[in-house]
Amino acid sequence: MRRAMIEVDGKVLEATVDDNGQPFVNGQAVKPDAWKAPFGGTVFGIALNYQGLLDSKLAEFNQDPYKTPPKTPVLYIKTPNTVVGHEGSIVFPAGVDAIQAGPALGVVIGKRASRVSEAEALSYVGGYTAVNEVTLPEVSFYRPAVKAKCRDTFCPVGPVVVDAADIKDPHALAIKLLVNGEVRQQNSTANFVRSIPELISFLSQFMTFEPGDLIITGVPEGRVDLKVGDQVEVEIEGVGRLSNTVVAE
Amino acid sequence: MKHARIRYQGEVHNVAVEDNNVVRLADGTLLGEEQVEWLAPATGSMFALGLNYADHAAELAFKAPTEPLVFIKAPNTYTGHRQITWRPDNVAYMHYECELVAVIGKTARNVKREDALDYVAGYTVCNDYAIRDYLENYYRPNLRVKNRDCTTPVGPYIIDREQIADPQNLKLRTWINGELRQEGSTKDMIFDIPFLIEYLSAFMTLQPGDMIATGTPEGLADVKPGDEVVVEVEGVGRLVNTIVSEADFFAAKNAAAAQ
Repeated sequence: MRRAMIEVDGKVLEATVDDNGQPFVNGQAVKPDAWKAPFGGTVFGIALNYQGLLDSKLAEFNQDPYKTPPKTPVLYIKTPNTVVGHEGSIVFPAGVDAIQAGPALGVVIGKRASRVSEAEALSYVGGYTAVNEVTLPEVSFYRPAVKAKCRDTFCPVGPVVVDAADIKDPHALAIKLLVNGEVRQQNSTANFVRSIPELISFLSQFMTFEPGDLIITGVPEGRVDLKVGDQVEVEIEGVGRLSNTVVAE
Repeated sequence: MKHARIRYQGEVHNVAVEDNNVVRLADGTLLGEEQVEWLAPATGSMFALGLNYADHAAELAFKAPTEPLVFIKAPNTYTGHRQITWRPDNVAYMHYECELVAVIGKTARNVKREDALDYVAGYTVCNDYAIRDYLENYYRPNLRVKNRDCTTPVGPYIIDREQIADPQNLKLRTWINGELRQEGSTKDMIFDIPFLIEYLSAFMTLQPGDMIATGTPEGLADVKPGDEVVVEVEGVGRLVNTIVSEADFFAAKNAAAAQ
């Protein structure tokens, strides 16, 4: 099942979505005025979770200020002001030189998860979605990336959450970034440094995930600059295609 | 006025707080401080400041920053007044941090410092505990240090902005088991509250219920299971917390979940 949150006549409604992208509410096809992000919790991001990206940084990470490569998942939070839905606008901030797209598989938590083992972790996943983890260029990983990652509209999510049961292997999904229809970034979730069960299990040892929380599982190497007017799409095999447009502030 | 969120007989209530932390429910019922479960009084994002007191920065052998060092805390780390916080097994250093918190009252974007306090609903207190053993040099201070279950007590309540004449001249104090261990003043902040609201709102929208935890002065110390830790900001509030062991915390949590 593919689930969405859509706005119709000023109301936000839960919808199911068919293979053609048509939303239905109570069995009736409806035309959404807007797509909302299809989850409602805290957004936790994992940085440096693609092997190619981590490998490209290892020489740097053995020096100051890092001294050693990361020993545990590198985690950050994107605040609620960042979240927009499918077909929403990404605002290019005034006074900023560059912003970059971030194609990522999103994991939506289905039930409260505290101290879960790797073996049982996937049973806490409600479903999967597409995320565009927009950021200012990641010049340093030393201090929390609030100014880079917590700007308004820097976290498009959707259009749908696909039920976990419908994704046979979340670690073998092709992931692509398209800008104005052209493929600019391609990778596979097979290249994660840490798998989804490893992430959920490790993080749930010290904090509790609530239903509706979203984990951004990482962005592959080769981030792409965006400019005003670009149509940006994140496409994940079996999960969906998230489309947004970049507008000036 | 003082405003809190509490749980009583399974229901969450927004309440007014009177003298001696007596709470008044919407229907007028009065309840004593120990009759209710105190929750964090706001549930937005918390923008926490690292190294925002020059003396504390020196204590940690850092130069004072030239730009605010901000990290985000999520609602899953908050807990309320008179609750428990756990010390993980086998760690060497877990310390408290007494902080004044400004609670945002209305949507704030591109706010100038001279108008900034208009966007503050009120003030509360937090204890921004850290487990220093888990520090890594990636997004430091990383979430494993700072965003742990029930490891950010906030409260007991929000006191209206109008009742605090000068938020930049308040004494901060922490006691462990009744012994004064930390003392400072909000006048020693490097970046004051109006500056921080201007700074943050220049690149993002602050929402009602968001909180700015303004950092802590010098005077940190280790805490152990059984310790009662009290953080107080003069005129704002006195927030009580008890440290328990990892085993006791999760036993209590599992028992509550089973109910």
